[in-house]
Amino acid sequence: MKQKTILDVKQLQTYFYLEADRVAKAVDDITFSIHPGETVALVGESGSGKSMAALSIMQLIRKPGRIKQGSIRLEGKELLQLTNRQMAQIRGKDIAMIFQEPMTALNPVYTIGNQIGEILRKHQGLNRQQAKQEAINLLQTVGIPRATEIIHEHPHQLSGGMRQRVMIAMAIACKPKLLIADEPTTALDVTIQAQILDLLMQLKEQFHMSLLLITHDLGVVSEYADRVIVMYGGQMVEEAAVKELLQNPKHPYTDGLLASLPNMEEHAERLGTIRGTVPPAYAYPAGCRFSTRCPAVMDICHVKAPSLKQLTPEHQVRCHLYANGGDLS
Amino acid sequence: MRNPAIAHQEKLVEVQQLKKYFPVKGGILRRQIGHVKAVDDVSFHIYKGETLGIVGESGSGKSTLGRVMLRLLEPTEGNVIFEGQNISTLTQRELRPVRRSMQIVFQDPFASLNSKMSVGELIEEPLIVQTNLSKRKRKEQAAALLEKVGLQADDRHKYPHEFSGGQRQRISIARALVLNPAFVICDEPVSALDVSIQAQVLNLMKDLQDDYRLTYLFISHDLSVVKHISDRVAVMYLGKIAEIAPKHALYTNPHHPYTKKLLSSIPTIHTNSDKNTVPKQPVMHQDIPNPANPPSGCVFRTRCPLAHDRCSIEQPTYTEIGPDHYVACHLYDKGGDTSHTS
Repeated sequence: MKQKTILDVKQLQTYFYLEADRVAKAVDDITFSIHPGETVALVGESGSGKSMAALSIMQLIRKPGRIKQGSIRLEGKELLQLTNRQMAQIRGKDIAMIFQEPMTALNPVYTIGNQIGEILRKHQGLNRQQAKQEAINLLQTVGIPRATEIIHEHPHQLSGGMRQRVMIAMAIACKPKLLIADEPTTALDVTIQAQILDLLMQLKEQFHMSLLLITHDLGVVSEYADRVIVMYGGQMVEEAAVKELLQNPKHPYTDGLLASLPNMEEHAERLGTIRGTVPPAYAYPAGCRFSTRCPAVMDICHVKAPSLKQLTPEHQVRCHLYANGGDLS
Repeated sequence: MRNPAIAHQEKLVEVQQLKKYFPVKGGILRRQIGHVKAVDDVSFHIYKGETLGIVGESGSGKSTLGRVMLRLLEPTEGNVIFEGQNISTLTQRELRPVRRSMQIVFQDPFASLNSKMSVGELIEEPLIVQTNLSKRKRKEQAAALLEKVGLQADDRHKYPHEFSGGQRQRISIARALVLNPAFVICDEPVSALDVSIQAQVLNLMKDLQDDYRLTYLFISHDLSVVKHISDRVAVMYLGKIAEIAPKHALYTNPHHPYTKKLLSSIPTIHTNSDKNTVPKQPVMHQDIPNPANPPSGCVFRTRCPLAHDRCSIEQPTYTEIGPDHYVACHLYDKGGDTSHTS
């Protein structure tokens, strides 16, 4: 019996066509799905393609970028075949997104009430008065004090944490099925980060949403996600339930990432490192994209690109080390 | 702690009642209508060879503190004693030789390196300003230092844009170390870097500390990074030090309610959950108050779950609750009231 899914992404490729015939493979063949009520984390360092994957789902990729191929289904409905106008109906209503920097995502010249109200009038057909009332309700839902006054204020009058709450209020305005949060707390202080992430989890329950959480912080993943996808060089290199991935990382990259974190629970004199730096998306090494940095690199890694191997029903990894763990290719 | 003898060593830096107030101007005439107490009556010392970590959220005054200590900003009041000399009363001219021994590494390696200068020129610049070394000697030193920080001697002909963020931070470090300083202030040196690169730079900083017997003041918002690199840690909140203690004491036995909240706010990776860590606390619901208008009495009281009447009236002073462990909180200053410790 197949489990019901909210989002199904299949073989998605988003390429950027740069000058001098260079092609940046920002997202290169990713396949995953999200179940109802689930929190899936996309982790990776800068340039790993995690944000581009999210923007591709929203179809907010700008030139010279283009979704080259693939399929994105929301509750079975193919999104890549929709017109811009149809997709605009989905964005903000069925799939909503919040961004890292709420100051740049909010419009500085409109009041908070105006910006939330716009969504409600557009997607839910409320009139001005109803929209205002609903905006106040939403602000109260996300824990903003003095909501009746805040709706008349502008974004610059709020603190970073409050702005992110406003963004969340806008995102949940139409009770989306899927909320994409792209580094929602990276610009915030830790005490505020805890507030915002707790709020997201509470709202997820309350509105029965699924959450795609994009982050570079494995600590956040550990505390808030159910399943995690590790990205490197535009590809998924490992996918597993959070606990499984943290206790039993298979890919050398995941392993290196975990070792390079200063651990709060035990002390190491030196941190583990991953040598070198992330290669640019237009110049991946031949074979495995991690081969130039991998401590366990083998001859085959420079020649043949590994494919994703299913190790257990819940755990897959893209690495030649596990070539015998069920090679289907 | 790397060096168990540190506790009995001499102090390299002593900061006494340091204050830095920035004027707030307003109205049509841009008259001063108040001030932001970015650093407000802060005192501490740094032992020779140790790393003192300063943690705090944005607006806590941690970066201002670093800049005032180097006199990149003039202090409003207070003294900074460096190697026995009060540098806060020196003229700029008198200060120059002292500056050789005190250096700073900034957060953003994209902004802190002049993009029009080659890496060699960037590293040699402090030598030109501060020493009479010949051109050849300068080049030799720059090349040697580049190798020391994990780059290649030939990299000195390249320009900053040819390097990644981590490599640029290595260049900034080389530039800070070229004058062979005793004391380096590191202001969020790894915050702009990815974790795998962050680890490389942190390891490098530790190696250099051992090789050159450096003393660090390590400023960061990241509690796990500070824990990794520091010997002692000070927690700042709204311009004041809330708690200062040896690392182990601070992280396993925090006393100030703010330190406890801060530690319990960090998302951590739980692979083995029965470790001795700070228990989870409910999240704080208030924002950090406006530093131009801080609360009366204890500055943390508006967010403190244990605030009582006295906190709004009286500013707490430091209570010693363990060796080298001080906390500024009314819960502890009545002589052994430990009913609130957990």
